[in-house]
Amino acid sequence: MSLKRIALLALVVVLLAACGGAKTEAPAAAPETAAPAASDQIIVGLITKTETNPFFVKMKEGAQAEADKLGVKLLTGAGAKDGDNEGQVTALENMINAGAKGILITPSDTKAIVPSIEKARAQGVVVIALDTATDPQEAVDALFATDNFKAGLLIGQWAKSAMGDKAPVIATLDLQPGITVGAQRHNGFLQGFGVISGADPNSSDLVNADVVVCSQDTHGDQTEGQTAMENCLSKNPDINLVYTINEPAAFGAYTALKNAGKEKDVLIVSVDGGCKGVQGVVDGQIAATSQQYPLKMAELGVKAIVDYIKGGAKPSGYTDTGVTLITDMAQAGVDGQNSAYGVANCWGTK
Amino acid sequence: MSAVVSTVTKRRSSLLSIVRGSPVMGPLAALILACIFFSFKTDRFLTGANLSLILQQVMVVGTLAIGQTLVILTSGIDLSNGSVMALGGVVMTSLAVDHGLNPVLAILLGILVCILFGVMNGALVTGIRLPAFIVTLGTLNIAYALTRIYTTETISGLPSLLLFFGNTFKIGTTQITYGSVLMLVLYAITWFVLRSTPAGRSVYAVGDNPEAARLAGINTTRVLIGVYTTAALTYGIAALLLVARTGVGDPQAGQTSNLESITAVVLGGTSLFGGRGTIIGTLIGALIVGVFRNGLQLMGVESIYQVLITGILVIAAVSIDQLSHRK
Repeated sequence: MSLKRIALLALVVVLLAACGGAKTEAPAAAPETAAPAASDQIIVGLITKTETNPFFVKMKEGAQAEADKLGVKLLTGAGAKDGDNEGQVTALENMINAGAKGILITPSDTKAIVPSIEKARAQGVVVIALDTATDPQEAVDALFATDNFKAGLLIGQWAKSAMGDKAPVIATLDLQPGITVGAQRHNGFLQGFGVISGADPNSSDLVNADVVVCSQDTHGDQTEGQTAMENCLSKNPDINLVYTINEPAAFGAYTALKNAGKEKDVLIVSVDGGCKGVQGVVDGQIAATSQQYPLKMAELGVKAIVDYIKGGAKPSGYTDTGVTLITDMAQAGVDGQNSAYGVANCWGTK
Repeated sequence: MSAVVSTVTKRRSSLLSIVRGSPVMGPLAALILACIFFSFKTDRFLTGANLSLILQQVMVVGTLAIGQTLVILTSGIDLSNGSVMALGGVVMTSLAVDHGLNPVLAILLGILVCILFGVMNGALVTGIRLPAFIVTLGTLNIAYALTRIYTTETISGLPSLLLFFGNTFKIGTTQITYGSVLMLVLYAITWFVLRSTPAGRSVYAVGDNPEAARLAGINTTRVLIGVYTTAALTYGIAALLLVARTGVGDPQAGQTSNLESITAVVLGGTSLFGGRGTIIGTLIGALIVGVFRNGLQLMGVESIYQVLITGILVIAAVSIDQLSHRK
């Protein structure tokens, strides 16, 4: 019995070694692969936070369309869930092994991914962050993203004007601690609303003001958003303005408010501009939202990498991919578009 | 002990004796088939660098799965290992970076925190006789919360000693990660202990039939506490490997590692009812997951299909196991 086990163990070792040694066999199988002249083909990698979020689905569509147009191969990967750094590291390593010379990534953990990105760049891979800045931002070659501080600022300014003389009692349904996007939108909102000033637009720390009576983390999730809003209402039933990190959290907040019979008295503002979210603006559940453009981020990202590999300039710095305030209750002095524009330009399934 | 021996004999004498006689054959065949498949599909799969990368990517879950195997062999389960690992990782990095502690001491204290959780799991399972599922569900949440209470910030700027197991050395032209070697050494040690020591055999005995084991003079309480504590030691080592692999102390790490480690154990042919399974099977199980993830990525297949295939493999593995042991 024991001998048998040892023989098996030896077999495993031999087979694994054989796996490595059998390299000469591989070229014979190469014609099987669809890619002609695999070594010459430009490969670009796209790593998103998750596979399922419509925002990233749209981003992938944009990247695929641009890759097809330019005749390059696109590899995609993602973490198992939002915040899964190790999963993104694995995808990054695999893509580099697959021969990708450029990687587009939406970092799930803005700080934790940095050492792995540094390793990739040291191997000559160009890395561009999409949507979410790394911490520090210089850890990548370039950033293509929404100005999230401005996205917050727009809904803050709008809410200030829409509230008029009413004394604000604010709840903020945030992302999670220590993430740049969450802090930028939150701080931008409060600065736009005029209750804080001089906030650092790149900070990953939330700033709060006295009029904010409740701040809860939702991880951008609808169910958690509902729970958070219910808790906030228990804490202070007079809340009349709710800032949400994204539209799923906003819908969760709306459900909680509706269950409490308060949906008519409370304004919900949000950020994202997904098709479901914009529909929420049409239906009057969300008062205003800042729309961003994931398809454009991915398109620009793929193009920048391909241009560079073909001998163009190395992508660098920050490129603003634009943000638009979407609301059907326009306020004088605050630039925006109505929900029809929002529907025409939204991402996700209509 | 005689009860154990007799069940082993009984098992051998029934149908499908090939699968039964050498329980790693099924998983091994799956691994080899996967390797062959991917080497035909992409010419970048069968390279020393890529195989070394797979080993490196598997080292964290692979090490967690060693502890998970020990626990499952006693017919328990450990849901807490991922969050215990995250806590250990955050403690060792924060002590070294934020408190300027000697890195060796920081690592040892991080591992000690994990071990304390193991002792707690073992004491609750044996002392109050709570099901392992419930105990470790509780400690999962406790470790998760303690991690977040301790820090919500990712800890970076680590001293080089904490990163050692992420470094590589060369065999020929292939770079091998020290952490992968450590994982393989741990597997070898565990294999030896389970096969050839009284302690190892009593783990199987307790899992197979605790009452018979007790009557045969085995102190089942001591075995169980020993198993949960040893398992937690492997989680502490996994924490060190995770820190070295990612280069940071990450409070969000490990949230799905418990299920990933159970997947490796099950794919490796270990029975969830205890008493039956091999540690080499677990290594093969972990490698199967790693090979599929890597191979599909190299082929350019979306990662959601890797999850789909893992699910199918788990069901297939357990079904084969179940059918081959039906009387």
